[in-house]
Order: sequence, then structure tokens, then C-alpha cells
Amino acid sequence: MTAAVAAPGAIVDRGAVRRQRIIGIFYLLLAAIAAFVLTSGIAPEATSTFALKPAGSKTGLDIPNLVVPSVVTLYAVAALCGFLGAIQLVRGFGTRWAVVLGIAVAVFVFGFLTWAAVGKSMSLIGILQLTVVKALPITFGALSGLLCERAGVVNIAIEGMLLTGAFTGAVVGSATGNNIVGLVAAGFVGAALGTLLAVLAIRYRMDQIIAGTVINIFAAGITGFVSTRVLQLHRELNEPQRFPQIPIPVLSDIPIIGPMFFNGNIFLYALFVLIGLIHYGLFYTRWGLRVRAVGEHPRAADTVGINVLGTRYRNVILGGIVAGVGGAYFTLGSTGSFVQDMTAGRGFIGLAAMIFGAWTPVGAFLASLVFGFADAVQARLSILNIPLPSEFLLMVPYLVTIVVVAGLVGRVRAPAADGRPYEKE
Amino acid sequence: MTDEQHVDPVIEADLPVGAEPAGERPPAAAAPPSRLATAVRGLLVPVLAVLSALVIGAIIIVLSDLTFFERLSADPGGALGDALGSVWSAYGALISGALGSPGAYVEAFASGDSDQIISAFNPISETLLAATPLIFTGLAVALGFQCGLFNIGAEGQLYVGAVAATFVGFAVTGLPWFIHLPLAVAAGFAGGAIWGFVPGILKAKTGAHEVIVTIMLNYTAYRFVEFILKLPGYQREGRSDPISKVTEASSWYPPLIEGLRANWGFFLGLAAVFAVSWLLFRSTKGFEFRAVGFNPSAARYAGMSIAGSTILAMMISGGLAGLAGTGIVLGITRSLTSGVSAGLGFDGIAIALMARARPRGIIFAALLFGALRAGATPMQSATGIPIDLVVVVQALVIMFVAAPALVRGIYRIRVPEATGTEVFSKGWGS
Repeated sequence: MTAAVAAPGAIVDRGAVRRQRIIGIFYLLLAAIAAFVLTSGIAPEATSTFALKPAGSKTGLDIPNLVVPSVVTLYAVAALCGFLGAIQLVRGFGTRWAVVLGIAVAVFVFGFLTWAAVGKSMSLIGILQLTVVKALPITFGALSGLLCERAGVVNIAIEGMLLTGAFTGAVVGSATGNNIVGLVAAGFVGAALGTLLAVLAIRYRMDQIIAGTVINIFAAGITGFVSTRVLQLHRELNEPQRFPQIPIPVLSDIPIIGPMFFNGNIFLYALFVLIGLIHYGLFYTRWGLRVRAVGEHPRAADTVGINVLGTRYRNVILGGIVAGVGGAYFTLGSTGSFVQDMTAGRGFIGLAAMIFGAWTPVGAFLASLVFGFADAVQARLSILNIPLPSEFLLMVPYLVTIVVVAGLVGRVRAPAADGRPYEKE
Repeated sequence: MTDEQHVDPVIEADLPVGAEPAGERPPAAAAPPSRLATAVRGLLVPVLAVLSALVIGAIIIVLSDLTFFERLSADPGGALGDALGSVWSAYGALISGALGSPGAYVEAFASGDSDQIISAFNPISETLLAATPLIFTGLAVALGFQCGLFNIGAEGQLYVGAVAATFVGFAVTGLPWFIHLPLAVAAGFAGGAIWGFVPGILKAKTGAHEVIVTIMLNYTAYRFVEFILKLPGYQREGRSDPISKVTEASSWYPPLIEGLRANWGFFLGLAAVFAVSWLLFRSTKGFEFRAVGFNPSAARYAGMSIAGSTILAMMISGGLAGLAGTGIVLGITRSLTSGVSAGLGFDGIAIALMARARPRGIIFAALLFGALRAGATPMQSATGIPIDLVVVVQALVIMFVAAPALVRGIYRIRVPEATGTEVFSKGWGS
């Protein structure tokens, strides 16, 4: 295999060769699982049904359910994975290996869903809708991290900002009876935590990861404290109105994509606007150029007259606002009332999504969709009563995060000055 | 910056007498301060940090009382008086819950009844009990810091260690305690070490940042414990809630004094402190750990294996955290439930920072946080102030300790030499 890769005179990257080999073996493993483990105990004539039309939807085009023969599908999945694995081991896919990896995983996941839905009907559209719902706060978190890290400040406090945003949104939204006010308040509290992070990291040059951890512990403590001391006695302070769903006319009738992306509440549309704004701002405006300069080479930026510390302050506070507003989604946009530690690591997953998305807004959104999908599959399968302990399904989003971080760090490049305090000379 | 760290008085104060060649130190501008002076100066920031945190905690107690605002406009003096009263009673309950009340001691000794004397010491016993796992998680985080690793995963490692120790505790029967107990402790260490190995090898081989990986492993460990506690053979017979079988009495930590819950696990913690201290500052491996943590490039240039040090340090760190869980099961609860940790791993971060990642400082920091924890429950039952207050106070302590400049700024302490933070973690790229 090594000989196949190494042309005469070419420098062989041993690590890369080994990694390619591992991926090839991984494909074969997927094939084996699909062919031998998942097919066991399934009757040959069994079928799996995937519903593609949202339950209760009256409008829109009539899409039939997707019905596939279970065993045949699983063997097809196994054959495809095995084929890809064989090619990977013999020849390799060169620069397209990442795309192939994505395809192989997607195919296997489809096989897994087929197995889970044997003899039953699984709402595929439900999973996809839930994917977007679950991906929403993760994306807000990722965008918050991105704003900070593009300017060279590591924001690991996203989790705490989301949690505090969720708490503030619920409490202020209930107290005022107006959830717009709750949303604004969540943004303000996010900004306050962002300011705290900025002051600790920039002014006092505290280790940024420790500063973020402090904010996380503080946020968990203070929201837990107040919800135990105040909210348990005053239930009326934890019953905010939720933002209604606003289907966008015409667009929401598009099959599959419509129910996923055009039938959400204000948070979803705000997120689209935000992704567009940050993408445009970061890559097409003077502000973005300056931010990126500060994140990559603060000394050079300083030399040409950019206010390095000011830029960092501004971006960290902006990131705080984004995370605070995103956190309000947990209460005002989703479940309604606040529960202790309800973010359950979504802020950290957002951080992983940011890395997975290579520090770009669109990439972060797509990465968040991957995590959201893992989360959604987990949520749906625990209802379907499949022979797999629910605890293992609950681990899936976290394990996916580890795999993604382990697989991608070093291959995507962080802003060069990320995490380093800047001192003027 | 690096030179200044070498002359940091606290680091030197910790060096053993006689082990320090006089010529190695760059000439100080002023006469070298006496040992006592450096010790006092080293304590200044932690003490002020704790004080400031308690003051902010008091403000939070007052502000979270909604009746306070209603009364403030009608009767400002009375409202403020009551507010101070509630802070006073909360902190009073906290302190007497952690150290005992003088009245109880006097009464107990006056009565001369040994049972009563023992029960008067119960608060101190509870503090030692609460401090024991904190010594281990604090050591776990500190060891990571010394090797340039930020182990937020002590929580998860604690859980897995507890799972392993509990298993050996109930599954192995018929052994005398001097074999069974060490065996269970070793299992606890091994369980934590396995959970520490994963982020270690991922960091070493793929560059995955240990912070994200350990956090994700914490969540994975919670689920794993929930799963295993419902597994037939692990779950206690006849129970439907997640709880393990009861461990054998031969695996339990013996109590220090009959009648109190404090046990020899505390001394195991002290032994671990000296073991880690020896490892870090006396052994070759520890020198490599610190070299890799301080300057990876130089360490690599000197022929040290960064990958090897990273993996081994994470494993030992995880093992220490595993011992924290072991001590709770074999020393207190006797069986495993899913609530075994309740944030001990995160307290370990506070303790390690407060001790500036020095093993011996961890004893004192752990005792302080143990006292906070031990006093929090009596405080909640006496005054209704939720235990979470302690978490807030701890977060504030970390903040003030990790940013000494902040404390110095608030209290206007002048410091001759500028000192940055001593413990570092590394960004995603490096």
C-alpha cells in the first residue's frame, strides 16, 4: 500500500498513510456491522418505512412514504461500504478522502436507521426537523465562539453564556410578560458575561480557558442558586410565553426542505440572518479584515494602526450577545421553562462545531447540523424502542464530538493568535 | 515573562532547603525576602480571594431575597438589618456546620461523656470527609497543569474509577481487608486512568484539545454510570432505581474514630499528595512532565517524548480522580449511585488553581473547600439558602485566584515583580 502511494522521490507522510489505512479498515468495519450484526434476526420480507411528510401538515405537495426492503438495503449498504473500504486500502482517494468519508458515514447511518425502523414507520422528516431544532442553539454557540476566536480570544464560556441566557430569557420573559424583552435581556446578560471574559482575558491576561471555565462554573452556580431559592417559590417567574412558529408562505411548502428550514420560530430566521451577516462581515468588509488580522497577527495589525485590544473587546462582547440570545432559545424558543443545567454541554458542542466548520459561519452551521442530527436520531430512536440501551444513544452526540475533534484538529487551522494575550510593546 | 516566573517567591519557597544551588538564581534587585515574608505574601492573594468571594456571595444572598426589595422602599433600615442578619445566620450556619460551634464543644467537654465529645467533633469529621475527594481531584487537575494539560475531566474519571472500585468491592468476596481494600483502590485508580488515557492519547496522536475531549467524556461517563447501575449483576437485587450492590465490609476504609464518619481515606489523600510531590519534583518522569508543560519545544529538543508524557500524565491524573470516587464509595456510601460526584471534579480545578498547582498547597485548599461543602448542607437546612451558593463562591474564588492582578487591583496591593498566571493551558492549534 505504501508503495502505491509513494511515487519515486515523493516524500511519504507516514502519518497520512496510516490514517488512510485506518479509515479503510473503518469502512470495512462498517460494512461488517451492516452485513452481519444489523441483518441478524430480520425476516427477509421485512420492510422499513420512512415518512417524508410531516404529520398533521395539510398544505404542500403530497410526498409518498419511502418504503425499502430492510435486508436488501442493509446488504447494499454493506456492499457500498466494503467497496469504498477496498478502494481506500488499495488505492486511496487522494484529496477527496474527506468527501468519501462523509458519504460512507451517511450511507451507514441510513443503514442504521433502516435497521431501527424494521417493520415500523419512522418519520424521517421528523428527524430532519428535529435536526434543525437541535442544531439551532449549537449554531448560536458556534457563532459566538467564532466571533471571539477570529479576534484571537478563546471563548470556552459559551456553555455558561447559553445557560445564563436561557435563565434570563425565561425569568425576564415571564416577569414582564413580553418575551421580546426577555430576549433582549438575555442578550444583555450575554454581553455582561462577554465583558467579564474580555476583562479577565484581555485586561488581566488570565489564561483564557481558565477564565471561560470560571464563567461556566459561575453560571451553573448562580442559575442553580436563584432557581432553587427564587423560582421554586415563584413559579410564575418561570412560565414565559414561547415564540410562535411562523411558517414562511410558499417556501415552507417545499418538500423536506420547507418543513426543515422555513417553518421555525424567530430564532431560526434570526440565525439565518446572523450567519449571512457574519459571513459577509468577516470576509467582505473592512471590519472583518481587521478582526481577522487581529486574530492572526496582532502585532502586524497594531503596527498598521488597528486597535487590537479594542477589536478584541468588541468581538468578545458581540460573541457574548450572540450566545446569550442563543441561550434564550432553550426557554423562549423551545421548552418554555428553565431547568437547572438544561444546556447539557451544548455550548461545548458548539465549540466543536466551530472547529469542525473551520472557523467559518456557514461551516459552523453545517457542522451544527451534523451534531443536531446525532441528537435528533438519539431522541427519535429512544421512542422507537430499539434493542439498544438508551444510555448509549444519549452518548452519541458526545462521542461524535470527540471523533470530530480528534479527526479534524490539525487539519483545520485555528486563527494563529488564538488564545494568546496581546501585549503592546 | 519566563524569567520572572523563575524568581517567583512562591516557587522558591516550595523548594526544599539545601536543594537549591545559590548561584542558579538570577541576582535579585532587592535583598531576598525572608521565608516568612514570602509565605505571608503567597497567602495574601488566596485569603483575599476567599474574602472577596464571600462578600459577593453575601450580596447574592441579599439580592436573591425578593422580599428585600419590597421592604427596601417602605423600611430601608429594617430591610438592610434583616438582610445582614440573614447573611450572618447563613455564614454562621456554614461555619458551625464545618467546624462545630464553640458552645457544643464546651458543653460536650463539660459533660465528660465520650459519646457527646465525639459527636461535637462531627462537623470537623464531615469537613475531613468532604476534603478527602477534593484532595484527589485537586491533585488530578494540578498534575495536569504541571504537564501543560487542563484536565476538566476529573468528574468523569471519578465516576469510572468509582464504578471499577465498586465492582471489586462487591464482586470479590472472602478476602481479608488488607488484600481486598488495596485491590479495590487499585481498581479505582485503574478505572480513572483508563478514562484519562483516552484524552491523553487523542491529544498526543491527533492534537484533539483535551478540554473538549474531557468534557465530552464527562457526559459520556454520566451515561455510562446510569447504564451500568441498571445492569443486572451490578444493580442491587430487588431495586428498580439505579444503585449498585453493597460492597463487602472488607473493602471499606476503616474509620479514624469509631462513631465518626471520617476515615483513613484522608491519610491516603495526604500520602497521594506526597507521592505526587515526589513524582513531580524528585523523579525523572516528573521533570519531563514539567518540562513538557513549561516548554514543549525545548522538551522535544532535549529528547523527551511529548506524546509519552502527555499520555502518562493524563493517566495518572485520571487515576487520582478515580481514587476520589473510590474513597466516596468505600469510605462513605458503601455502594454506588449516580450522584456520587456532584461537581467534585470541577472543585478540583478551583483547588488546583488556588494551590497554584503545588501538591502541598492542595491540602489546605481542599480543607477550605471541604469545609465549605460540609457546611453547605447544614446551612441549607437551617436557613434555606441553597447549597449552590457554595458553587458560586468557589467560582469567584477561582476567578480571583487565577487573576491575581484582579485581587491586587481591588485591594491596591503593590507587587515588586510582575507575575503572570502560573498555570497555562494551550490553545487549539498548539
